[in-house]
Amino acid sequence: MEASMERQWWIERALMLVALSAVGSLALITLFIFSEGLPVLAKAGLSNFLLSSHWAPTKGHFGIFAMIVSSVLATLGALAIGVPLGLACAVVLAEFATPTMRLILKPAVELLAGIPSVVYGFLGVVLLVPLIRDWLGGPGLSLLAVALILGVMILPTIISISIDALRAVPRTYREASLAVGATQWQTIWRVVLPAARSGVVTAIILAMGRAIGETMAVIMVAGNALRLPHSPLDSVRTLTSNIALELGYASGDHRAALFATGLVLFAVILVLNAAASLLRRQR
Amino acid sequence: MSAPSAIVARPQPPPRRLLGPADAQRLAKAVLWGLTSLALAILVFIIGYIAWKGLPQITAAFLSEPVRDMGRAGGIFSTVVSTALVTAIALAIATPLGVGTAIYLTEYTREGWLVSVVRFGAECLAGVPSIILGLFGFVLFVLKLGFGWSVLSGGLTLAVMVMPTIIRTSEEAIKTVPHELREVCYSLGVPKWPTITRVVLPAALPGIVTGIVLSVGRSVGETAVVLFTAGAAVGTPHSPFDSGRTLAVHFYILAREGISMPNAYGTAFVLVAAILLINTAAYAIMYGVMRKNA
Repeated sequence: MEASMERQWWIERALMLVALSAVGSLALITLFIFSEGLPVLAKAGLSNFLLSSHWAPTKGHFGIFAMIVSSVLATLGALAIGVPLGLACAVVLAEFATPTMRLILKPAVELLAGIPSVVYGFLGVVLLVPLIRDWLGGPGLSLLAVALILGVMILPTIISISIDALRAVPRTYREASLAVGATQWQTIWRVVLPAARSGVVTAIILAMGRAIGETMAVIMVAGNALRLPHSPLDSVRTLTSNIALELGYASGDHRAALFATGLVLFAVILVLNAAASLLRRQR
Repeated sequence: MSAPSAIVARPQPPPRRLLGPADAQRLAKAVLWGLTSLALAILVFIIGYIAWKGLPQITAAFLSEPVRDMGRAGGIFSTVVSTALVTAIALAIATPLGVGTAIYLTEYTREGWLVSVVRFGAECLAGVPSIILGLFGFVLFVLKLGFGWSVLSGGLTLAVMVMPTIIRTSEEAIKTVPHELREVCYSLGVPKWPTITRVVLPAALPGIVTGIVLSVGRSVGETAVVLFTAGAAVGTPHSPFDSGRTLAVHFYILAREGISMPNAYGTAFVLVAAILLINTAAYAIMYGVMRKNA
């Protein structure tokens, strides 16, 4: 009996160590991104790094302002497309659709989350970019193309989290609203959506993280020009595509500057995730 | 005493509206269904287009021959091998760690600070973009630990990527195992660990398998992480320390460098078909479980 108790104790300690592996990985990632990126940040100066658009890493100029602006614009554009479409799908699937339709369509949407980002990027290049070039002008590889592709890519995230949030609103809320004579739409708009607000906001925040962190699809359709975009039809380079484009051949300070770019991105994502996590806990 | 006329409300005219509630309902419903159809049409179109362009490229030779002439000729077999190896390494590491974490969170701790920290860590890890994971794997495994661009480095980094998925799905699965099962074991004097391995885990197995299968799908489709950790060598890897080009990386290089459009479409089809099959299997398992429990 003694031996058995001791064995149980060891198993519990071992499992505790295992349980720390996820947090440990996150800590390691943070540690490495910071330790590789901080020295060059210190050398270039934080304000210089963040607010200058002069990126010539082999000559000692590390300014990522244009990339930050491009990433932010691309993400906002993606949200402008993905949020209305995704929320509409979620409302239809959660409120209007029959249970059978929901049973088929919700897994179908989630399956689509599995389509690799390179495939989205590729379809963007062969279908969307020529359309933009021929109809709207410019090089086609553009901020607009990035926003459109990202807008579609974040749909599954928005739809599936929002559906769960909408379904979690108690039936009694809907029944009370319908009982006092509200139409189904008034019930959705005035009662169900406000009640599901924190879940919907979580979905949007997570989708934002997706969009700002997406790399491969963006590289393929962005054109990757190094400058501040002045119109949606301009070619842009985002934070993520800058890292992926140059990591293959960078060394020394140049590579460190790419890690510093990653550091900025990582900081933004952590803030977004923490916000989503807190929101989820509030519910 | 004020005049009674002040108390009696005058009948107010109904507020002027562009749309009555019934019209608003009809309009909203139409717009929402329209947007939903658009979103679904886009998603169906993506799969349809890849199948239409890619399916004609698929031959037995395409699937069984190694990559030749950087992808201009030959097939994709070597990239399938690399993909399988990278994925196997990732799952071999992430499964025990993820399931172990889930067991600890559900069976060994009450809701306390440690649970919050672990859960918060897993949630944050799930949101870390693949390019950041690529940077991390590149520094730690490729450079610092000296594994070089290799299937091993790729697999290890992917393990970090899929761990949150496995933790979350396993946790959900273990939580749905009825408490009575555990209580019967304890009342018979079975210690905690055998109860978990012989009773709880078998009951939670379908849910755990769902998480593992979903993780396979994510590993197969991932590009940024493997590109910077496993490299892009076209040969078939013979040891964990060889570089290997996965299907997704191969497709990316074919498409981006315009090496061969027919082969790019063929590779895209294999990639998408494989992932859809894998994910369908995962949902079929989950749906089977849900029906059994209902």
